[in-house]
Amino acid sequence: MAKDKAPAIQVKSYPTHHVITQPNPLKKVLSRAEEKDLDDPVARAEAALAGLSGEFKSWMDTEAERLTKAYAAVLKTGFDDDACEEMFRAAHDIKGDAATFGYPAAAEVADSLCRIIEHAPDLDKVPAELFEHHVNAVQAIVHDHTRYHSPTVAAELSRRLRRVADDYLIQVNRNRPEHLEAILAPSLVPSDLP
Amino acid sequence: MYRIDFNKLRFLVCDDNPHMRRILRTLLHSFGAREVNEAEDGATALEMYTHFSPDIVITDWAMPIFDGLELAQMIRQPEAKGNPYAPIIMLTGHSEKRRVTVARDAGVTEFLAKPISAKGLYQRILNVVANPRPFIKTKTYFGPDRRRNTNTAYIGPERRVGGEAEIFQQPSLLDKARSAV
Repeated sequence: MAKDKAPAIQVKSYPTHHVITQPNPLKKVLSRAEEKDLDDPVARAEAALAGLSGEFKSWMDTEAERLTKAYAAVLKTGFDDDACEEMFRAAHDIKGDAATFGYPAAAEVADSLCRIIEHAPDLDKVPAELFEHHVNAVQAIVHDHTRYHSPTVAAELSRRLRRVADDYLIQVNRNRPEHLEAILAPSLVPSDLP
Repeated sequence: MYRIDFNKLRFLVCDDNPHMRRILRTLLHSFGAREVNEAEDGATALEMYTHFSPDIVITDWAMPIFDGLELAQMIRQPEAKGNPYAPIIMLTGHSEKRRVTVARDAGVTEFLAKPISAKGLYQRILNVVANPRPFIKTKTYFGPDRRRNTNTAYIGPERRVGGEAEIFQQPSLLDKARSAV
């Protein structure tokens, strides 16, 4: 596809902007098919993803360990730029990946931790217990997956942590409306938790 | 009915997390894609973009060296040597509305919040293949038209000057395919 000759581009100019159109360069990949000939690529992909699921526990162990190490580095060096960025990145990856790997509660806890790092005006003034509880909760949910797989336990743990974190963030951002707005805004992603 | 011939599409996947790259590669290959190039940071992705000329870019936001947002901004350079029009799907753990707005303003074509699903990814790919939007160039923006719909009830300052003629839609291949059935 990519080596095909680029289609002609048309430009229509206006006082404030240009509108640029080109014939759809990806047109060739779209075709009509009889319903009987259609397969289901989404079902095929879901089956392939299910085939990977045997590796998810080990992947999640790696992600949780990375977060623990990042927090250990913070305890050692304080919240310098590198340590802070690595901790945020580790939490952010868990936030994005954990639900796919079957650990939605760990994703919720990691999301809460990301919000603290992103919105606390001074990370050195955040109570250490708040960080510790988040990091330990991710480890607990991942390592005791069977025990915590009961949605009620893991969900309640993540919910309580989120509530405590939000209360803290609302309090310390009371004079920072742009942060307050972001903290109170709903996520675009509906929670998987009951 | 319609289908996408994935084996004719060339993908560039950019994510610093090896597990997510594996998930994406698995999903794309299951859809039928053969050419899936991978990069673990924005700088490598930009180099690969120039070298491989992918049809569709799927990128994470938070990455080392430079991130997915900067990657999108660098691809969307109208005077650049490479193709500035390739669809960019941003796949990210950032799920706040303001992030979507920032990504949109960087020229991202579609936004997909993690956790990823096969259905969500397929729908975004289908949308960029079947419903390409015209590009808009202003003093401060170059990228796909950020107005997906014409809102007749809109009240507020008109940021574009030019009257009705500025609404300039490409026909949707998807609609054509549907109406032909």
